[in-house]
Amino acid sequence: MSEHASEHGTMTLKLIVWRQKGPAEPGRFETYAAKNITPHHSFLEMLDVVNEELIKEGKEPIAFDHDCREGICGTCSTVVNGVAHGGQERTTVCQLHMRKFKDGDTIYLEPWRARAFPILRDLVVDRGALDKVIQAGGYVSCHTGGVPDGNALPIPKADADYSMDAAECIGCGACVAGCPNGAAMLFTGAKVAQFAALPQGQVEAPERVAAMIKAMQDCGFGNCTNHYECQAVCPKGIHVKFIARLNREFLKALFKAKSGSFTPVE
Amino acid sequence: MILDGKAPTGPIETTWDKHRFNMKLVNPSNKRKYKVIVVGTGLAGASAAASLGELGYNVEAFCYQDSPRRAHSIAAQGGINAAKNYPNDGDSIFRLFYDTIKGGDFRSREADVWRLAQVSNEIIDQCVAQGVPFARDYSGYLDNRSFGGAQVSRTFYARGQTGQQLLLGAYSALSRQIKLGTVKLFPRTEMLDLVVADGEAKAITIRDLVTGEVRVHAGDAVVLCTGGYANVFYLSTNAMGCSVTAIWKAYKKGAFFANPCYTQIHPTCIPQAGDYQSKLTLMSESLRNDGRCWVPKRREDVGKPPNAIPEQDRDYYLERKYPSFGNLAPRDIASRAAKEQCDDGRGVGPGARGVYLDFKDSIARLGEHVIRERYGNLFEMYERITDENGYKVPMRIYPAPHYAMGGLWVDYNLMSNLPGLFVLGEANFSVHGANRLGASALMQGLADGYFIIPYTIADYLARAKPWKVAPDHAECRKSVEDVRAAEKRLLSINGNRTVTEFMRELGTLIWNNCGMARSKESLTEAIAKIPAVREEFWRNVKVPGTGSEFNQQLENAGRTADFIEFAELLCRDALHRDESCGGHFRVEHQYEDGEARRDDANFCYSAAWEFKGVGREPELHKEPLRFEHVHLSVRSYK
Amino acid sequence: MQMLSNTVGRKVLMGVTGFFMLLFVIVHLLGNFSIFAGPDGINAYAEKLQGLGPFVWASRIFMAAMLAIHLIFGVLLTLENWSANPQKYAVKKMLKSTFAGETMIWTGLLLLSFIAYHLLQFTVRVTPDVVLGSDPKGRFDVFTMVRESFRIAPVSMIYLAAMVTLFLHLSHGIQSIAQTVGLSNDKTLPQYNAIGKALSVFFLLGYSAIPVLILAGVGIFAR
Ligand SMILES: Cc1cc2nc3c(=O)[nH]c(=O)nc-3n(C[C@H](O)[C@H](O)[C@H](O)COP(=O)(O)OP(=O)(O)OC[C@H]3O[C@@H](n4cnc5c(N)ncnc54)[C@H](O)[C@@H]3O)c2cc1C
Ligand code: HEM
Ligand code: HEM
Ligand code: SF4
Ligand code: F3S
Ligand code: FES
Repeated sequence: MSEHASEHGTMTLKLIVWRQKGPAEPGRFETYAAKNITPHHSFLEMLDVVNEELIKEGKEPIAFDHDCREGICGTCSTVVNGVAHGGQERTTVCQLHMRKFKDGDTIYLEPWRARAFPILRDLVVDRGALDKVIQAGGYVSCHTGGVPDGNALPIPKADADYSMDAAECIGCGACVAGCPNGAAMLFTGAKVAQFAALPQGQVEAPERVAAMIKAMQDCGFGNCTNHYECQAVCPKGIHVKFIARLNREFLKALFKAKSGSFTPVE
Repeated sequence: MILDGKAPTGPIETTWDKHRFNMKLVNPSNKRKYKVIVVGTGLAGASAAASLGELGYNVEAFCYQDSPRRAHSIAAQGGINAAKNYPNDGDSIFRLFYDTIKGGDFRSREADVWRLAQVSNEIIDQCVAQGVPFARDYSGYLDNRSFGGAQVSRTFYARGQTGQQLLLGAYSALSRQIKLGTVKLFPRTEMLDLVVADGEAKAITIRDLVTGEVRVHAGDAVVLCTGGYANVFYLSTNAMGCSVTAIWKAYKKGAFFANPCYTQIHPTCIPQAGDYQSKLTLMSESLRNDGRCWVPKRREDVGKPPNAIPEQDRDYYLERKYPSFGNLAPRDIASRAAKEQCDDGRGVGPGARGVYLDFKDSIARLGEHVIRERYGNLFEMYERITDENGYKVPMRIYPAPHYAMGGLWVDYNLMSNLPGLFVLGEANFSVHGANRLGASALMQGLADGYFIIPYTIADYLARAKPWKVAPDHAECRKSVEDVRAAEKRLLSINGNRTVTEFMRELGTLIWNNCGMARSKESLTEAIAKIPAVREEFWRNVKVPGTGSEFNQQLENAGRTADFIEFAELLCRDALHRDESCGGHFRVEHQYEDGEARRDDANFCYSAAWEFKGVGREPELHKEPLRFEHVHLSVRSYK
Repeated sequence: MQMLSNTVGRKVLMGVTGFFMLLFVIVHLLGNFSIFAGPDGINAYAEKLQGLGPFVWASRIFMAAMLAIHLIFGVLLTLENWSANPQKYAVKKMLKSTFAGETMIWTGLLLLSFIAYHLLQFTVRVTPDVVLGSDPKGRFDVFTMVRESFRIAPVSMIYLAAMVTLFLHLSHGIQSIAQTVGLSNDKTLPQYNAIGKALSVFFLLGYSAIPVLILAGVGIFAR
């Protein structure tokens, strides 16, 4: 059992932070000191402390995206020392705690960088492209109401579990930020795989995969060259096997009948 | 004024079906002529926008996050109730209805609760059809778990991420409509005012959080699905951006605010570790299925490592006090029981505000792997935050503000007293009475959005020709000016204290004086102190930057200003309700054993407040509650 | 069309073309091993191959097509990826990616130039080091040609460098094929990875053995 914060000393850290006023403005690094940080501060609480100081000094606080602060909404998005979300396994940056750092550490903070994610301000980027990918086909086209009983169709537990493994994606975009190619294959693969594994997703499977891949390309994401950085930084540990699944589904789609509600396969 | 909830009468089993038949319909070809403004994309908002879009209405959807998928519904862990009775353990629509009325401590409208129980089953079907990967057993059928406040297993779940999966289901339905063009999405957009023209809610005024642009979006009806206000306590399990703002602005434009004092304190959260803390993290209540709550019997033992305290020196207080429900007692009861133990000097951990949640026995019984499979992600989360291993050392938990049963007053059609203003999900006050049972908020959000609003909004729209206010209508112009003026004022104060400092001060005041236990004194004191906070805020707050840019401090300042005003209403309602019920516990009103003592003779009503000006006393309207199918009785979980 | 315009389709094409080139590398290595049987081994082997006539040309054209497709999409893919990631991180820490994976375009282009050189040398036989002649049985003397070339240390060095390049390209490439065409899952991905590593080490050692042994003047290569 760990001791309480007050029993530890506090830390002072040097932050080197990307500051950028707007999408069209040039950005640069600024250096700040984070003082009186305990090991129990979360990373974002540490930034809160810095921001409070900045505000009091009459300076502009650092803009960073966050909401739930419990690792589920996928809003927080900062590259810490070169790793999206900071490098603790299966952990979003809002759940990263300062006990992972030492007094005197220098920490680089950068936004997600990818062409598909324009920077809005400081560490905040626009991830609307991920929504676009889902809009292209990340759903089962069922109507509200008029659907069969939930137990009408038994689904093998293994399939349901596989689907859930994929569905855990929180849409944070770290996979894109971590990927040397700015590819969104893990995000897209997870959604395709979630539905591919369920009977409900079968009908539209060929159109779904084609439409989602197309959207991904149109949004300016890069191509996958199997670096697997995405899985390594993914806070939900989404496995790259779902990228393989996406590829497989694509090949299957090439040979399948072309009908359905999405943009048809050419 | 005596309010009428317009609930249908007759045998309860037929109320919703009968009402559905009696409501007017909008001709399919006319639907696209109506525009519906949906604010919020949580379970309630996303399901409503998707369903209305699918029906053919022209929908505009708004959320303050960068994506609809991030609404705080995403954080719900435990599960969603439905009266499917798949486990064959005696569940039924009536039982779910009964449990919800009783769980709500008899402060909700019977017909609304019946309807919720009735449509609960359709929700599960809907979500399964959408591809929500609910947990299944080896037969391939849906699995259920039990949850607080019920003796049947009726909770459907998807690991510890049920809210996430349900929201992603609704989000995918919404995404489909966006693609089809029936719904237009406005993310990073905050509603800052409601426009009421000719007595009807006809538009909202928003701020584009990226550019700072302030503008009006007009429609034929406005649907608020903006979630709860538990952040008035500053530290809560809600997301940082959750606020009362949208419904508060509606309240200031004439919508009645009902039962604000009914706030839920969730019993199983990770205790606060320090003053810097920005939020509290919930550990799903489902943990209480296998974890046992205890504190040391003797005060001398509180400092000892938990595993060094022998069995006979542990007080399993929930099992002791509530033998039949034990660790699964409803939230308000479990929370108060934890507070009692800590008040008695037997709390553990930092600040002595914590009780143990121990899995030792279930690990011995089932094996660690079973516990890991059931709650692995929760244990991981606990470890990340506390640096402690819950498999080895009992977890420490403490109650934390979590949910708002109160909200804007709505009638059976989910319409507020302002025609054209509908309120769904946590933002309304409807079904949970004075206390919400676990796994029923998700159920409510989706019931409202998928299965209720599509009918009831038609009944409203069908009575009117499509009519939208013009952006240069006097009310629209005034609203935009007001929003801009407030923004300008906040930016020009340039005082000495940050927004967070004010929010922390307010939160502490409300938590101490209007938290788990309230008294006439504490409430009177709070009501006296809040105006001073408000006054200082508007004199001494420091908001950097400008209005025409991405400015998170400005966003927070606006939300905080609303919370300060709202806090006063919260305390006034709590003071006026001179009884204990559900989440509202007045220390003056308790039985000898510490249970809440309701006063049905005087308070069997919903209290709906009408705005009369900032700092002025609001006017109380009552909606009397009648219980014809569940008899008013003392709630007992012994 | 999907195959050419779709990012996954293009990757699959690269995988398939890479796979055929991989097969060639395997067959070619086995064929080259016949050099250890002395002039009778490799010269006979070469003669037999020549005897296949049109088949040789068919397979040459096929392999050239594979190489061209692979090259075109490899370059396109890389250019797209660079532009998808225009602004670099000031600090970037890789957790999982490998040197081999990150340098695919460079090792690929190096291989291309190696192949060009290699063809000029042993197929077109126009590089200065090449010794043209016939063996006692009247066959073209591949054995001597190779031996004489590799006795020139710089030529051997180029080969060794090329073999390291091939090793790098394939140590990432082989498992990459499995992932790209969707064969791998959480269990098999590590297996494909192991197979890929083993094969590429085998190629490295196998191919390198020839110049190394010739240079060292061991056994049948004794001076
Ligand atoms: C940690 C946690 C765990 C929970 N677990 C469970 C559980 O297991 N089971 C259960 O049944 N319930 C649970 N609940 C409760 C339940 O999750 C919520 O009550 C429910 O999801 C609320 O849904 P909603 O759609 O009403 O609001 P939300 O999901 O909160 O959505 C609010 C939406 O409104 C938008 N919004 C708010 N204000 C504005 C504004 N001014 N302008 C524009 N947009 C605005 C937001 O962007 C968001 O899209 C839990 C709650 C929490 C906090
Ligand atoms: C002509 C020059 C070449 C270039 C420019 C080139 C470039 C590339 C590039 C950029 C990749 C993508 C990396 C990845 O997806 O992992 C790749 C993959 C690959 N290359 Fe090459 N390469 C060349 C020659 C070769 C040769 C000669 C071989 C075989 C002997 C080969 C085998 C492979 C294989 C097997 C892959 C993996 C394909 C996949 O991921 O599906 N390449 N190459
Ligand atoms: C030590 C290593 C190598 C040796 C000794 C070697 C030897 C030879 C020889 C002797 C030939 C000519 C055969 C003939 O015309 O009869 C040849 C052809 C060729 N080699 Fe190699 N090679 C080596 C490595 C490689 C590698 C690594 C590659 C590819 C990546 C390669 C690709 C080719 C090709 C494409 C041809 C032409 C085949 C044809 O004529 O169709 N070689 N090689
Ligand atoms: S796959 Fe992982 S990293 Fe990518 S968006 Fe989903 S959760 Fe984030
Ligand atoms: S890191 Fe990028 S290259 Fe592919 S395997 Fe992941 S998307
Ligand atoms: S803030 Fe929600 S995941 Fe980090």
